[in-house]
Parts: sequence; C-alpha cells; structure tokens
Amino acid sequence: MSKQLALVIDLNVCVGCHACVTSCKEWNTQGAAGPLTDQNAYGADPTGTFFNRVQTFEVGEFPNTETVHFPKSCLHCEDPPCVPVCPTGASYKRAEDGIVLVDYDKCIGCKYCSWACPYGAREVDGEQKVMKKCTLCVDRIYDAKLPEAERKPACVLACPTSARLFGDIHDPESEASRAIREQGGYALMPEWGTHPANHYLPRRKTGKRLHADELERHDNPLKVDGRLPRPSPDAPALDDVTSW
Amino acid sequence: MSTEVKTTTCYMCACRCGIRVHLRDGEVRYIEGNPAHPLNKGVICAKGASGIMKQKSPARLTRPLRRKAGAERGAGAFEPISWDEAFAMLEKRLAAMRATDPKKFALFTGRDQMQALTGLFARQFGTPNYAAHGGFCSVNMAAGLIYTIGGSFWEFGGPDLERAKLFVMLGTAEDHHSNPLKIAISKFKRDGGRFISVNPVRTGYSAIADEWVPIRPGTDGALLLALNHELIAQGLYDREFVARYTNGGQLVVTDPASARHGLLAVDEDVEPDNPLYPQNQLWWDRHSGRAVLSHTPGADPRLFGSYRLADGTRVQPAFQLLAERVQPHTPEWAEGITGIPAATIRRLAHEMGVTARDEKIELPIAWTDCWGNEHQTVIGNPVAFHAMRGLAAHSNGFQTVRALGILMSLLGTIDRPGGFRHKAPFPRAIPPSAKTPTGPEGVQPGKPLAGLALGWPGSPEDLFVDADGKPVRIDKGFSWEYPLSVHGLMHNVITNAWRGDPYRLDTLMIFMANMAWNSTMNTDEVRRMLNDKGADGEYRIPFLVVCDAFQSEMTAFADLVLPDTTYLERHDVMSMLDRPISEFDGPVDSVRIPVVPPKGECKPFQEVLIELASRLKLPAFVDAGGARKYRDYPDFIVRHETEPGSGIGFLAGWRGADGSKALLGEPNPRQWEMYEKNNCVFRYELAPSYRYMRNWNRGYMEWAQRMRLRRYGEPILVHLYSEVLQKFRLAAQGKWPGRRPPPELAQRVATHFDPLPFYSAPLETQATDLEKYPLAAITQRPMAMYHSWDSQNAWLRQIHAHNYLFVNPRTAQDAGIADGAWMWVESQWGKVRCMGRHSEAVEPGTVWTWNAIGKSPGAWALAPDANEFTKGFILNHLISDTLPGDTSNSDPVTGQAGWYDVRVRIYPQ
Repeated sequence: MSKQLALVIDLNVCVGCHACVTSCKEWNTQGAAGPLTDQNAYGADPTGTFFNRVQTFEVGEFPNTETVHFPKSCLHCEDPPCVPVCPTGASYKRAEDGIVLVDYDKCIGCKYCSWACPYGAREVDGEQKVMKKCTLCVDRIYDAKLPEAERKPACVLACPTSARLFGDIHDPESEASRAIREQGGYALMPEWGTHPANHYLPRRKTGKRLHADELERHDNPLKVDGRLPRPSPDAPALDDVTSW
Repeated sequence: MSTEVKTTTCYMCACRCGIRVHLRDGEVRYIEGNPAHPLNKGVICAKGASGIMKQKSPARLTRPLRRKAGAERGAGAFEPISWDEAFAMLEKRLAAMRATDPKKFALFTGRDQMQALTGLFARQFGTPNYAAHGGFCSVNMAAGLIYTIGGSFWEFGGPDLERAKLFVMLGTAEDHHSNPLKIAISKFKRDGGRFISVNPVRTGYSAIADEWVPIRPGTDGALLLALNHELIAQGLYDREFVARYTNGGQLVVTDPASARHGLLAVDEDVEPDNPLYPQNQLWWDRHSGRAVLSHTPGADPRLFGSYRLADGTRVQPAFQLLAERVQPHTPEWAEGITGIPAATIRRLAHEMGVTARDEKIELPIAWTDCWGNEHQTVIGNPVAFHAMRGLAAHSNGFQTVRALGILMSLLGTIDRPGGFRHKAPFPRAIPPSAKTPTGPEGVQPGKPLAGLALGWPGSPEDLFVDADGKPVRIDKGFSWEYPLSVHGLMHNVITNAWRGDPYRLDTLMIFMANMAWNSTMNTDEVRRMLNDKGADGEYRIPFLVVCDAFQSEMTAFADLVLPDTTYLERHDVMSMLDRPISEFDGPVDSVRIPVVPPKGECKPFQEVLIELASRLKLPAFVDAGGARKYRDYPDFIVRHETEPGSGIGFLAGWRGADGSKALLGEPNPRQWEMYEKNNCVFRYELAPSYRYMRNWNRGYMEWAQRMRLRRYGEPILVHLYSEVLQKFRLAAQGKWPGRRPPPELAQRVATHFDPLPFYSAPLETQATDLEKYPLAAITQRPMAMYHSWDSQNAWLRQIHAHNYLFVNPRTAQDAGIADGAWMWVESQWGKVRCMGRHSEAVEPGTVWTWNAIGKSPGAWALAPDANEFTKGFILNHLISDTLPGDTSNSDPVTGQAGWYDVRVRIYPQ
C-alpha cells in the first residue's frame, strides 16, 4: 500500500499555546509555499494566511466544563473533495505520500476547493489571490541536508507538548498508526467519506480511587505522639460477655 | 545567497529557551528551538516562533529622543538627539545627584533578569531606589516560600514531574517556565500521572487537567489551611520528614509572660557557631522524656504536647501550634469561603496524603545529612505542586503561600524526587543572608550604597528605616509598612514620588516597564501624575528617562527616550548572580550573542549602564586611577569579579584562564567564544548524591560552600513555624528589645506577622461593599502573549487583537448581558466598557480577561482604528494602588500588589 503521511494530534496534551500556528507560518512564509501574506498587519482586523489555526471551545456546563484546544489544518484526506472540483488541476494529491498540495501557478483563486472542503482548511492568500494550505512542510521533510530527526513539519518540531505526531498512517508500525490504534484516534466527520489522513487523539482522564480503609495505616504517625490511643483494656469488650 | 545559522537565547518571554536563528544575507529568516539546549530541547512557543516579526515592528525606536520643548508629557512629541547629547545630559544630571543626594535617582526595571547589572549600577551609584517588577508580579510566591522552605518556584525551583504521580497546580502559573513546564506536563500526563488544577478559570494548562476544581479568587489560603487540617487530623503527614527536616519538633516558648514568648527555645549553654543561623534549638525527646538539643543523635522529638523546661518555662513543639492553628479550619469551614465542596477538599487531602505515603519512590543514591547520618537511599513522596501569580497577587498572598509551603512540607516533598526540587543557587538560608543598609546613613553622597538595595530581613533590626521608623526607600520597601518587600514595590514609585512621600525624586529611570499602561495598578491616575506639575511649574517627577525597544504608552511620557535593542541584537547573560536557568540537577546559565546588528542607533541598555557608570566613575567600573575599566558590556562580563580575585563573575561556565574551571575561577578572556561554541549555554551536573535533600545534605552544602554558591553550611530546616515573623510581631506588641513600628502600624504588623499561616479576606475585599460589587475580577495571560512586550507583533496580534470579559452564562444572564454584547465592568475605582463573552469555564462569582491586550490609542505604531484601541481593554483601569484609609493595596508583609483582589459589578451598555 502506498504511503499516506499525516499528523496525529493529541488533544489530551494540547494546551492551546499556538506554537504550531506561528512556527508553521514562520517556516512556510519563507519557504517553497510562501509567502503567507498579512493584511492590515498593524491596523484594524488584522488578517493573514495561516496553514494552521487553533480553535478553542468549551464542552459541558459549569462546573463540569472541558476547555478543548483544537489545532486544525488540512487533513490530507485520502479522498479529498477539494481535488476533483478544481477546474485547473491546481489542487492535487501526491501518489507517493498522499500529501494534498496546490500548484500556485495553476490556481486561479476560484475557491471551489474551499467550498468543497468540509473542514474549512483552505485559505486564499489575501495578496497573491491563490489558494494556500498545509503542505506538511513538504519542502522540509525530504530535505537530506537536514538531520533525520528534523525532517518533520515545523509544527511537529515546535510543539512544546509533543502533541503532534507525524508519520505514515498506512504503515501499521509507525508511531502515528500505533497512536491511532491504541489511543482511540479518530477522524473528523467520517460521514463525509473524505477519509481524512490526519487523526485526533481524545482526552484521557487519570483518576484515583481511594477506599476508606486505605486512609489509615498501622504506621499512622499520630500513634507515635499518642494521638490515636489504643482503647484501655478496662473498656467493655466482647470478651467479657461471651463464653463459647 | 548565503545562509548561516547562529545560536542564541530567546527573549520573547522570560522563559529563555535556546534558539537557532537562520539568516539569509544577514536577514533573519527563520527561528527555531535549539534541540541541543537543555531547557527547551528543540521546542519553541508561539512567541518564540514570531520573533522574526519583532525585528520588523514599525514601533521600533531607533534614535535617542528628547521631548520637544513645550510639548506636554504623554503627547509623544519628540526630537531625535545623538547619543553624545543623551549621555552628556544624563551624566550631568546623575553626577550632580550622586554628589549631593543619590537617592534622588531611582532606577526601576520591568524586566527582572538583568538585575545583576542593574542592581550593581544602582548600588554603585549609591541609591537605595532600585528594584525590578517582582513586587508587582509574584514576590509573595518568592518570599512566602523562601521564608518557609528556602526556595520557591520558577527560577528557584519547581515540580519534579519526571517522577511525580500527582500534580496539583494552584492558580494561574502558565507564564513562568513555560516551555519546560509544557514539556513536563505533557510527559507527565502520558506517563499516567494525575493532574488537578485549582483555578477560578479553566484555560491554559488547566484545560488538560484530569480534574478542575473551581475556586473563588483570593481564597486559596482557606483551601490550603483546610488541606493541612485534614492531613494532620488523619495522620497523613510524613512524620519522619516533619520531625527531622522541619522545625515542627522544635520547642516554642509559649509563655506570654516570657520575653521569648513565641520564639524557639534554645540551650543557652550551647554557643552557636553562627549567630545568624543558630543551631541550639531544643526538642522534647520522646524516648528520654526531656528536652534535648535539636537533632541529638538517637533522639526523636515529640510533635504534640505541652512541656516545661527545667527553669519552668512552658514550651510546645511548633507542630503542636500548627495543629492548633489549623484545627478549626475544617473542610466545611473552607467550603463557605472557597466555594469548593467540603467533600472535595477532604478527598483532595486524602489523595495527596495517600499518594505521598503509599507511592513512595526510593532511589539507590547514598547521601549524608548535615548531622552526619548516612542514608543509603533518597526517598521521594511523589506529589508535586506549582503555583505563581494566582496565589501571589493578592494582599493575603504571603500567608497563603506560607500555607502552601507547609502543605508541601507535611507531605514530605521538599527537594525530593517527585516533589518540589530546588534549582541552583537555591536552597538558600532562611532568610538568605543578603541585606540592605539599615538606616539613612547607608546612603551617602559620592559613595556606593552601604549594602544591597534589596535584601532579606531576618528581624526588625534589618529594616531600612530611619530613627523614627520611617522609610528610606522611595517605594517604602523594607519599612514597617512592608517589612519583607524583598523585590521592592515598583507599583508605589510613581505615586510616592508624585506625593513627595517620603520625599521627591529628581530622576526616574524606567527600563522596559509600561508604567503608563498595563504595568501599573491605577493607569489613569499614574498618567495624570506623570504629567502633573507643582506650583513652581515644574513636573512633580522632574526628569523621566525611559529605555525600551518599542514606542509604547510609557515612552510617550518620557523626557528622554533611549532606544534599546531587541534580544537578537545584543549580548546578554542569564547569570547565577541573578536568575539563571538552572535545572534540578545542577547550575545552568546562558548567554545571548547578537545575530544581527542593532537597528538604527539602538544601543543595548547594558551598554548604556556601562557607559554611564564609567563616566560617573562608579568604583566598580573604573581602575584605581579613575580610568574607565571596561571597554563594553562583553568586556565587563568577562573581567568583572564580585570582589577583586573572588573568582565569581556574571558567568559560571568556562572560567579560569584556559576555561577549564566551572562556577569559580579567574576570568577567561575567551569565555564568550566558549559559550558560543556550546549553544550559548553552560550546564553543570551535580554528583547524584548532591541532587536531593539539599537543605540538609552535608555533601551538597560543603560543595556549595567550596563553589561559593553559599556562604554558610548550616542545614536549612523548613520553617513550619516562622520565628522571623514572630520577631516582627513581638516588636509590634512592644515586646521586642530592638526596633518597634510606629504606633499607627503596630496593629497591622501584629496581625499579619503571624508565625503560623492564617486566612483573612484580601484587604480590598474587606474594604468593598460586596453587595454592590459582588464579583471578583482577574486576568490571565494567553500563551501567545506571555508578557506584554510584543503585543504589536504582526502575527501574534492576529491571534489576540482584542479581548473580551469572560462571564459565566448564569452570571451574565442575571445581569442581562448577551454573549458578545458591549457591557460595562465597574469597580469602586473606575469603570471600563468592553465586550462580554459567555463562558462555562469560569466560576460564577468571577469575571476575567486576557491581560495587556488593550492598548492606548497612538501607542505601538498601530493604526488609529486598531482593534487593541477600539475593542480591547485593560482591567487596570478598575484597580487602585490605594485603599480607603490611604493604605496601599498591597500585602502588608511583602508589599505585593493586590491586583487580583478587585471587586466589580457588571451591567449592559
């Protein structure tokens, strides 16, 4: 089976710090997919091209609230709806590694692909007027000049909680595949049939079960200081009233 | 096209990660985390990865600026001048002050990681009026824990999440040690650790906590007392740890008639080796049933009871007094204050106690304690805590933090695996031995200050006051109003200088602090005071110098603006003399080496200080003949020693003539090169037997003394009971043989210098009509905006261009405020218009917002319609530095600004 590169994002440890957001912008604006332009950088409603954004939402009612930080970028679908709708063939999925890319030279900025994408992962660059999106740092991950450990997307290297795993999800032995398999990895909106390559790992809770009889142990320090005295032998006991 | 990669140290926030900066044709193109750096191990945060845009900011200052003649302060009307003119102006003014009254010059810095140099400059100049921003930030955390366990969080120590099983985070603490903590929390969670967050708000790291325990702001002290209550009531404390490593077993004189009431009983026949840190306290030995010298071999102290010494003096173990103190503080009592159900508090205490007791770690590391006992293993009780400003920034924070230190100690977690661990140069003695002068005679024309500007008082005799008990410092630090204000009180400076209370200043120099906006408690008043003139037509604060890299709200008020460099344009040191980046296993320091030249005429503030110090001929900066000693800052760093021949300099790595020595050694002319070759970081790994139990570890103590990290080697017992505080209380009660507070402050000192932790509502809560202002209002920092230095960053402001007031939906509905609607938030001090956002992640009695997102129009080179002005806001408008009765809105022990204490009401626009 051919390779399918993907990100597996662990919501269990993502603290929403946005390191992935700006490190992505920083790499890609100066790289092959750049520039990622900004509009009104120092004015009202500043906006610009980002390949990756973190959304934060709340689940549940106080006090049973979960605050979820949700990094989102192109999911590199196995059956990407953005590709067939492209009138110029600018959007394409690479056979060799499954990365979905846009050829800026062919893109006419018609936005069909962004309408087709159910995940809102594509953005038209405000200046260049072409569609841009996550490339999985395709200009880094095969760069033989980089040490092997650094041939990963910028967001993966940046993430302080290592919440972003990168690998081939068609290889069952990859770290990414194992995480999906063992930690309940799921794809977004599977009902759309897009088969997103990127997966998410859910929150996992560690609890602590305490039994009442674990509270006190024979070596309770209060005994040393006479604060848990043994009852007096003179106090009434079962021994006084039973003779069988 | 040429590409090169240089390493240096980030300073987009105060975390100080190692970075690799990629340059193309000399231009910064990419900044990434340095995988070879011990702090961040290759990761980088949102700010660090946006550092490239800092270089492009249109708000950069590039030339020295002088306020135009006739222009009002705050109007931002400047004319460029040359550095020669700027230095000449400063030299003339500063030389005149130094020759007559050096305290007329005040230097306050927002940044507190250049204190080794800024502090040296101030001291050499001779002014006591120097501090960084700690009084505003987290001094309660530093002082509360250092006076209890001899160390604290962040630069001083932290949670050992590598080995912890339970991690409890109290209050907002995200922006301290951020990347290392993110790395550690993630690994901790993946390893199956349990993470509990106690916080009014569920954001930041709390988002991924296994359990969120919402609490009302400013009530953490009540929670901590109840946890201590439950641990003692259940016998869930580590008795051996308490008995041997804290002063819990030491006897306290509890005899109101005695002159030593409340002090530790001592064997007066035993002459202490070191009168500063005597070791002649007593235990009541449970084996022999009599008083013996503390730590007598074979003895074991009683922790409870009441005894009489041979001379009839009534004494009780300190632990008994602690147990009595927390006895009424049941979980039910705390529920009413904190809003946390009693059953939850009880369960938390049980989880902590049982985890510490039953999941012990034992490392096969032999060590010897200070009393000569040999231990084959190091024991760990794997419960770790972290807390910072959330606990600290309340006027009751000092005692709250004391209660936390005691909780950590009852659980037996101090400098042990899986608990709290120190970072060099901590632990320090309680209190540390650095002291300020003790009276106005310490300030003399033409002379260096006779002591440090900031120190660690151990008794009333160490205060920095005149014969009438009045303050010597402009911020009233180390006076009876705030005796343990160990980080100074930056938030008092402008108000006091404007009032002329205790006196007027001539020149106020501010480095990297936005006192006219978000780094002040009463923004509008401060702006007015900065611009206010006396009857003579002169500004009440006559000369204001501001050094910063960016044009801000504060620079607009300056008479002279000095353009600083960014972190990529300068040499810098993260010094062991200041706040290094040490790790649990040993000292670490690091440097910055410029990767690009300064923009325009920008000059690093360090170079400004070296230049001024040389021109003013401050003794440490000139040779015996009065000639300039140091060419520039890098030269100073290499050659300066704390004393001639001391071998102690700003940098600990590659010392000695050939760079072969660590920590101690003669200057090495090639020291910068060696740092540059080693990723700009120096790391010293302690021998395994010196890595734990350092308060009481003889091997470590002797090593630290040899390396001159410590002057003395006495063991540092945890102060469950604070004799230091009792000395101040005795003075306030008229029972201390030495200095006593002025009568108007006696009651305040007597109340707050309680040797045992207690809970009282924050001062502002007590001074507020809670019917009218029922809600607490606090701020937190978004991770993309830790610290406010880069709020104009083109990328980061796309993440947070404006802020909302987050309100629990029930609270909002009661007030008639729709989600996203414009609304008012009002305190007794002021009101501000903002947009409300409903949030289930905040407890209903609290409203909150992201700090320092809102800006003042005209600042930061943002367009006039920028969201920061039109939609953003800061809560500082609602906060006062003064409370009714003209007392400062600060902790009465440390002077920590109580800026998380404000009470508000909300209503629709």
